[in-house]
Amino acid sequence: MGSTSGENHESAGVGRRDLIRRSAALGLVSVPATSFLSACASSGGGGEDKAESGERTAKNPLGVNDGARMEFVLFDGGFGTEYAEDAVRIYEKNFPRAEVKFSATQKIQSTLQPRFNQGNPPDLIDNSGAEQMDMGVLVGKNQLADLTPLLDAPSYDDPDKKVRDTLRPGIVEMGRFDGEKVWVLYYAYTVYGVWYSQKALDALDEQYPQTWDQMLAVCAKARKKGMAGWTYAGKYPYYIPFSLYPMIGKVGGREVLDAIDNLEPNAWKHPAVKACFEAYYELYRKGYVLRGTPGLDHIQSQTAWARGKALFLPNGSWVENESANVIPADFGLAVSAPTGLGSSDKLPFGTLWASGGEPFVVPAGARNGAGGMEQLRIMLGEAASKNFTSKVKSLTAFDGGTDGITLTPGLKSGVAALEKAGDNVVNPRIQDWYVQLQKEKIGVAGLGEMMAGRLTPAEAVRKIQGFADETARDTSIKHYKHA
Amino acid sequence: MQHGKYRFIAGFLAVPLGLYALFVVWPFIQSIYYSFTDWTGLSPEFEMVGFGNYERMLDDEIFWKSLRHSLLFALVLPLVTIALALFFAFMINAGGRKRKGGPAVTGVRGASFYQIVYFFPQVLSIAIVALLFAFAYNPDSGAVNSLLRGIGLDGVQPLWLGDPDLALWCVMAVLVWSTVGFFVVLFSAGMASIPAELYEAALLDGANRVTTFFRVTLPLLWDTVQSGWVYLGILALGAESFAVVQIMTTGPGGPDYSTTVMVLYVYQKAFRDGQAAYATTIGVALLVVTLAFAAAVMRLGRRERLEY
Repeated sequence: MGSTSGENHESAGVGRRDLIRRSAALGLVSVPATSFLSACASSGGGGEDKAESGERTAKNPLGVNDGARMEFVLFDGGFGTEYAEDAVRIYEKNFPRAEVKFSATQKIQSTLQPRFNQGNPPDLIDNSGAEQMDMGVLVGKNQLADLTPLLDAPSYDDPDKKVRDTLRPGIVEMGRFDGEKVWVLYYAYTVYGVWYSQKALDALDEQYPQTWDQMLAVCAKARKKGMAGWTYAGKYPYYIPFSLYPMIGKVGGREVLDAIDNLEPNAWKHPAVKACFEAYYELYRKGYVLRGTPGLDHIQSQTAWARGKALFLPNGSWVENESANVIPADFGLAVSAPTGLGSSDKLPFGTLWASGGEPFVVPAGARNGAGGMEQLRIMLGEAASKNFTSKVKSLTAFDGGTDGITLTPGLKSGVAALEKAGDNVVNPRIQDWYVQLQKEKIGVAGLGEMMAGRLTPAEAVRKIQGFADETARDTSIKHYKHA
Repeated sequence: MQHGKYRFIAGFLAVPLGLYALFVVWPFIQSIYYSFTDWTGLSPEFEMVGFGNYERMLDDEIFWKSLRHSLLFALVLPLVTIALALFFAFMINAGGRKRKGGPAVTGVRGASFYQIVYFFPQVLSIAIVALLFAFAYNPDSGAVNSLLRGIGLDGVQPLWLGDPDLALWCVMAVLVWSTVGFFVVLFSAGMASIPAELYEAALLDGANRVTTFFRVTLPLLWDTVQSGWVYLGILALGAESFAVVQIMTTGPGGPDYSTTVMVLYVYQKAFRDGQAAYATTIGVALLVVTLAFAAAVMRLGRRERLEY
């Protein structure tokens, strides 16, 4: 006969079972709360000494010490590692005595956070991916090096041109947080907009619509053929701004977007914002959004779109690489600047959101910061840029570098859209300045709810303005302003 | 010999207690310390800010939402899982009809098969389970809506994870699915040790299966149930709920904060927003909630022990 309480001598002290049970309970209690942060207990500075600088020559304008070790940590994401390995080989050729330690990881923050805390970070970091370290915090805590020496150095191909003059519009500006210093260099160049299949549009006998009335007409026509007008990453609704923000810029002018970035009071109550929200809401109300979209993640929505279930998709130029395995060969992938409202819009059709991606930083505590910058200078040369573009189907920050290589359909259409846009490139900064506000508040709780039909445009505007005001008041967040 | 006893015990306990202090107690103290600073987690420097983080937390609407959801998890998950597990375990062990020549108390037909099948989800990692269900809940082409279409319910195509009213329940269902098997096995083991004579006596007295369950099985199993309750509650407050919410939900944590839980919020504040100190503050709140939960269950569940 057993007994549920184990031993039968309670008075003799704690029973064995009780002991085990209590200690188990204690141990379990500690599981969820056990501080995973203990791993990064701050142990203070104590970094190694910096490498001495080498002689500055025409070939070595940054004065890299030929004998110093250079460490480069890359984010191992959609762009792979090959382009960086190729660039590292050039560095090794130019500085044969230098030892280069190259590594690639998806876990940027878990790998590098302890090293920042200990004061011995690597010399060049591609701070990207899901584990991206918050750039604003890094800048605010003086953890990054100013990249101005790199930007003022002669470019890799043409000694008469500074690096900063070889970059695409917006790249230098994006690297600033406040003031003139440039902390981040975005290496990839992303074109955001409305992505579609030229073949599907041709089958409808339509052009890409330039006004919202035309947009609704195209969607109506598509629906007759059993095709939805739009789909988007419903589980990550912060993809909607990729076409919505430049539309707001086109309708109301750049200053509306700047006011939004600056968290100005009532920035979201501008008539242009409301009009664009209403236009998008119309897509939901008329049933032009693919059924079930609010429950789809980005891959699922892209797959549905690639299979012809929906015509238009707000996205960035990485979609060509990311969904390469589901986009049919004869799809005719194309991107367009967003459709506007009509002829009274402030900016012409073609107004486009394009900006940098893949942020590279040189830590302030790097031993060989000059080496890290030199590695970037090499990557911003024409040969390395072309290598990147042909290998990963994306443009780089280097302006040009597309001649003489075969562009994929999406990339070609992106280059054409950039040409058409000319100076009318907008670059909303809210997504890198205020990540939580942009993704979870405006994106998920605002736009996502509106596009699922659970908020009216007026309610969405009010809610989002409330979120923006909250962020503006929050003293624990660093605030930025457009220059 | 009596005086040497404690030294003997202490000798055995020194190493485990030392490890426990180093890897459990010390991080606790550190977290509590950091919750009074403005540490970002991205640089070694920080300053003391007193109760600033705690004041901010009490004003933080998202914190309260995540607390509410975490508490809901801690209440509903153990309740549903244990009820289901008890039911399954009873059916497997004592729910069958009497068969000719067999023992008086037996499980339903195929009981041993069910016992193994129920355990299957337990061998899958929670991340994989969450991913599988995220596919199943896909409103466009997922298994659940396809099934609904298949049986002619074309009009009923919920958004599941995309619907703020359903999302939290969808996530909980996944956790129930993945944990119930373990408790079926645990309770089965407990039931197997209940002497058959007790059941036979109950049957002779004319008790039906429901009465047998509530009057015989459950009281004799009470200790196991209580431990399971604490274990599940902690699971629901901690790692498991983080995994499913992080992997499956909109945002994650959405739509419109309908699924955000405390552990997720800790993670987002520490590793997305660079506010490690505030994250540890929420972690301390989570610790308080967890301790309170364990204490409440232990106290409420106290019953007279039955000897047999």
